[in-house]
Amino acid sequence: MQQDTKRGLTLIAPPLGYAVALLAVPLIAIVIFSFWTQDYLTIDRTLSLRNYREALTDPIYGAIMLRSLGISGSVTLITVMLAFPVAYFVSFRVPPAHKSLWLFLITIPFWTSYLLRIFLWKVILGYNGVVNSVLTGIGLIDEPLSWILYNANAVVITLSHAFAPFAILPIFVALEKIDRSLLEASRDLGENAMTTFLRVTLPLAAPGVVAALLIVFIPTVGDYVTPAQVGGAGGTMIANVIQAQFRDLNNAPLGAALSVLAMLIVTVLALGTIWIARRLSGGRD
Amino acid sequence: MSRDNDPLIRLGGLEKYFGDYHALRGIDLDIGAGEFFSLLGPSGCGKTTLLRVIAGFEGVDAGTVAIGGRDMTRVSPNRRPTNMVFQSYAIFPHLSVGRNVGFGLRKVSGDAAEKRKRVDEALEMVGLAGYGDRAAHALSGGQRQRVALARALVLRPKVLLLDEPLSALDKKMREQMQVELIRLQRQVGITFILVTHDQEEALVMSDRIAVMFEGSIAQVAEAEALYRRPIDRRVAEFIGVMNFLPASISDGVVEVAGLGKIVADDLQSTAATNGAPVAGFRPETATILFPGQDAPGRIAEGRIAEVVYYGDMTYYDVRLDGCDKPVRISMRNVFGRPVLEIGAQARLSWSPGAVTLFC
Ligand SMILES: Nc1ncnc2c1ncn2[C@@H]1O[C@H](COP(=O)(O)OP(=O)(O)OP(=O)(O)O)[C@@H](O)[C@H]1O
Ligand SMILES: [Mg+2]
Repeated sequence: MQQDTKRGLTLIAPPLGYAVALLAVPLIAIVIFSFWTQDYLTIDRTLSLRNYREALTDPIYGAIMLRSLGISGSVTLITVMLAFPVAYFVSFRVPPAHKSLWLFLITIPFWTSYLLRIFLWKVILGYNGVVNSVLTGIGLIDEPLSWILYNANAVVITLSHAFAPFAILPIFVALEKIDRSLLEASRDLGENAMTTFLRVTLPLAAPGVVAALLIVFIPTVGDYVTPAQVGGAGGTMIANVIQAQFRDLNNAPLGAALSVLAMLIVTVLALGTIWIARRLSGGRD
Repeated sequence: MSRDNDPLIRLGGLEKYFGDYHALRGIDLDIGAGEFFSLLGPSGCGKTTLLRVIAGFEGVDAGTVAIGGRDMTRVSPNRRPTNMVFQSYAIFPHLSVGRNVGFGLRKVSGDAAEKRKRVDEALEMVGLAGYGDRAAHALSGGQRQRVALARALVLRPKVLLLDEPLSALDKKMREQMQVELIRLQRQVGITFILVTHDQEEALVMSDRIAVMFEGSIAQVAEAEALYRRPIDRRVAEFIGVMNFLPASISDGVVEVAGLGKIVADDLQSTAATNGAPVAGFRPETATILFPGQDAPGRIAEGRIAEVVYYGDMTYYDVRLDGCDKPVRISMRNVFGRPVLEIGAQARLSWSPGAVTLFC
């Protein structure tokens, strides 16, 4: 027993050390920083709630946080709604022998760097970009559309594309796990294809859908590169503000406080989603 | 049991291909209302395919499926008056036992209280009264099977289809469920079609049995007729044990190796074979005479080559004089009489009326 415990500890020591160094230490540092205050060029290390007071009272932070949640909420809904049919098609319509090939093909566009794909969207959505050239070319519009780049819409489009495979895969896995005879049983008991989908397939795919929602929502709330590149002034998100505090505005403690608040909000929303999903699926995991 | 002139199910000229594979070959079959009917055959012979054709899960390339006098060949499963107990039971893991059983009642008319009552009745019928609120994924194999039965029976279908429903259970449980299925079928009076590859199960449970080989039906008969008068050698070999001895025929007289001459008119039956003529008899139709014992019938001499003791029964392999291959004889053990030993001289009493000629 003693021996086993020891061997267990030895085995988990490297990953544990790694996790502590790269997750716990930075997190704790951020939390501590958030209770300090910036005093012009130096940092005042007496603990205080001043940053939190400022973050919560200045309406600009609240507004940007809400916009971040709105953008990432839209991204999540769009991504998951588009991912579901793709996952469904691969799981139910593609012959078993070709499934891995299909998954492989789906991930191909994502082999290029995230940054390159963002620039690609700039080319597509820009004032003289692909979309506008095509639309003016076929005479659908006279003036190039200006509302498709450098605003929140552009951020939503770019992020939805970037996170597509992360939503497709968990839903695909959940659909694959569904015993096909359950669908036949439902047909046998009088349900048609549509009601079978609603009464059997969808409830059984729910864990995958919830996983997809969280996998897309959590990182997109804090996304920094996409809004910085395609967001313009109207597409600024909370991560851009935090970055500005740390660098240009030289107020790391306020940036830290904003980070902590953002993490708390995301945690609460994620736990809320899981809780609702549990309730809906009748207590099953 | 009650077989009307108009069968409940009429299958005519069914042909089914999976790609190049010819899975069903010219299936013609009538099944009566209230019958307990079994589809029996070796693995891969097409039993499940035929059942799924009746349920509507598989289309056919030719032929018709009529249920209750209506052509249902192109009708989808949810519109057929059949319900299925799946081999895997297919219990919905996200629903409670009660909701599983009530799944098909959504489209049935009646208020919630009435439906709940039907669910409770169905659960009671399969011996699961009070299990309605249990989570379905926490049930044992036997309980799952009962839920699957209740879920199908609650809809009062004309036909209940069962695909090897007992194969996942252990021997004790299986025998118990066989009895319960027979009881249930008599109670609800609807047609049961059971798929099995276990010949004993088919013999025990069914009113009639269809024996299938390679996509076609070889024989349809009641259990006893199937056992006593198999239509050909394949059926005889598949159902129970039969001893085969080389035979030759001339002038209405059959000469059987080890047994001697039999007048053809005395034979139990004749059946088809695609090989050389053989005579066959079942292990329990002959007995080994003990010293001093006299018996009616004819006598063949031989030597005991093998003894297999089963408690209530003993199986003897006897090598008859003039025949290399031993024949198997099954004997009920009698208290106070010793089991015979290997190598002992054996006098076999047999009767021509129990012999089937395959030619
Ligand atoms: N969907 C399918 N596609 C291709 N071939 C199939 C399909 N379903 C069944 N088969 C083939 O048809 C034949 C009959 O299958 P079926 O499942 O009806 O056999 P079975 O008699 O039920 O056997 P078992 O006792 O093993 O269940 C098998 O050779 C099988 O490989
Ligand atoms: Mg089968």
